[in-house]
Amino acid sequence: MEPTAPVLFILGASHHTAPLAVRERLALDETRAAGLAEQLRALPGVTEFTLLNTCNRVEIYGVARRPDTLPALRAVVAQTTGCAPAELEGVLRLRHNHEAIAHLFSVASGLDSQVVGETEILGQVKAAYDAALARQWTGPVLNRVFQKTFQAAKHIRTHTGIGAGQVSTATVAVDLAGRIFGELDTSKVLVVGAGDIGLKTAQAFQSRGATSITVASRTLSNAEATAAQTGGWAASLAELPELLTAADIVASSTSAPGFVLTAELVAAAMKRRAARPLFLIDLALPRDIDPAAAALANVFLYNLDDLATIAEGNLAQREAEAAKGRVIVAERTAALWPQVAHSLNRPA
Amino acid sequence: MSSLLTDRALLWLGALLYLAGFLTGLVALTRRTAPAGLRTILNTLLVGGWGFQMAGLYVRGLAVGGCPLGNTFEIVQFVAWSAMVLYFFVGTTFRGSLLGLFTAGYAASLALVSLLVPAWDLTRGQKIFGNNPWIELHAALAVFSYGVFGLLALTALMHLLQNWSLKHKRLNGLFWFLPSVVQLDQINFRLLMLGVLLLTFSLGVGALWWVRDTASVDYPKLFVTLGVWSVYLVVWLLRWRAKLVSVRFAWVCLVMFIIALLSLGPVNSSRHHEVVLTPGSR
Repeated sequence: MEPTAPVLFILGASHHTAPLAVRERLALDETRAAGLAEQLRALPGVTEFTLLNTCNRVEIYGVARRPDTLPALRAVVAQTTGCAPAELEGVLRLRHNHEAIAHLFSVASGLDSQVVGETEILGQVKAAYDAALARQWTGPVLNRVFQKTFQAAKHIRTHTGIGAGQVSTATVAVDLAGRIFGELDTSKVLVVGAGDIGLKTAQAFQSRGATSITVASRTLSNAEATAAQTGGWAASLAELPELLTAADIVASSTSAPGFVLTAELVAAAMKRRAARPLFLIDLALPRDIDPAAAALANVFLYNLDDLATIAEGNLAQREAEAAKGRVIVAERTAALWPQVAHSLNRPA
Repeated sequence: MSSLLTDRALLWLGALLYLAGFLTGLVALTRRTAPAGLRTILNTLLVGGWGFQMAGLYVRGLAVGGCPLGNTFEIVQFVAWSAMVLYFFVGTTFRGSLLGLFTAGYAASLALVSLLVPAWDLTRGQKIFGNNPWIELHAALAVFSYGVFGLLALTALMHLLQNWSLKHKRLNGLFWFLPSVVQLDQINFRLLMLGVLLLTFSLGVGALWWVRDTASVDYPKLFVTLGVWSVYLVVWLLRWRAKLVSVRFAWVCLVMFIIALLSLGPVNSSRHHEVVLTPGSR
């Protein structure tokens, strides 16, 4: 039912309503965002608005004093993005009032994200709000709604397990390393293979504080190129026995047809490294690390399947926890909506 | 009032608070996220339990006119108390871990079992320290070192559980809260060193008095105590030289403590001059 009084609205598209190709067309670069903002400011009746633009969603949060303005919003989006209005049928979704609040709470807390519980979205919502506040696009209604949103998102993250457990192979590997070594700042990371997977894994460890990263590759120049991107050292695969003795964490992702790290090689390294555990991550297909190495004391070996299983398990648990988050969203929306309704109906 | 707060009543209160702490932690474990303030609640229960236990031991000490280490009941209570003291120091380094829960369960078990076995508290040694404060210090340090070895057994158990979970890729539930393998290994080594140091000092003090009166100590007690000390010393040397590491080291720490705990029986029963305790004498 269309509202007849001043309305809090959200109009937008997300991964739920639009495939990647459409989202790419809707994405707002700086120029398009500025253009859209100008058009929104020019729309009669739109008194407040914020633009949220991420890789998975483009959404306008706003207040319309005249509900008859709402149909014009679709035309504005179509005009800005260059999409035909018919293309946006079923892609752009409009929510009003308490539904809009509940949606914003869900978005900011990560409940509505493609990977449930991801944390990046809260920062993106905050950045979008800060930008709108700085440009004086927001007013008393949106200011209150966004402040309450940040509180709700924090509460949901604290009181449910939606953010528990890592859900990508690289971050699962980093998480496991933390369970073996604790802080990673003193751990020595050896990346075997200079490809994209090796680089991403090295960067994931770097983001968790690892400072000693060595990239080893059959071709030294490739190792040097990858090492340069992580601030690490480069080495040749010929040095593997010595590198293995010194390393704490080994992530291997070469395209070699056989084992690069045999059980004998690992066993020899373990004899020299005494009490220190060794975490082996096999990211290659076919596998780089002999599975027999897992039987060695103080050696922890995980391959792609292991990491994927953990990631899937964590994701399933996050989904289960999301139900608790949705209950909190409903409770907080019910508490906030009367205050927002009062503000909306106050003469401007 | 005073008749209600006997030493055993205070020790019961202490044991029940330990148990409450353990159950609180256990319930929280069944949830993926710990409720806010859980750590404060758990620590309050443990501090309360420890306070009552100390008060109980103090009242017992006043009644017997010395350190309350005259029978198995008192020794087991003192071991539980020592483990809790150590947890208050060591536990702060275990952020959000299970050590508090494990210590609560361990202390509750020891304290409750000692209270539920009346035979352990029917008799006690009479003037076993001969009013000599050095002998009392020797005994207190020796039993305190058992508390250290008890906590070491708990952290060794945590190490084994963490190692098992990582090896078998069972990473959820209880295992989620365990500290890292390296942290556990480091704390195991430090606790072993502390226990060996305390026991060495205790035996050193005891030896100084033993050489003056060799008949004052029975041979079973002497051999068992020296045996426990020497094995722990060898284990420490092997770990220090990295000859005994990881899971094997953890297993040895765990098994050694069980043996050390079982040795308390022969050590205590070899004492002379036991008197029967009556309610009025406690």
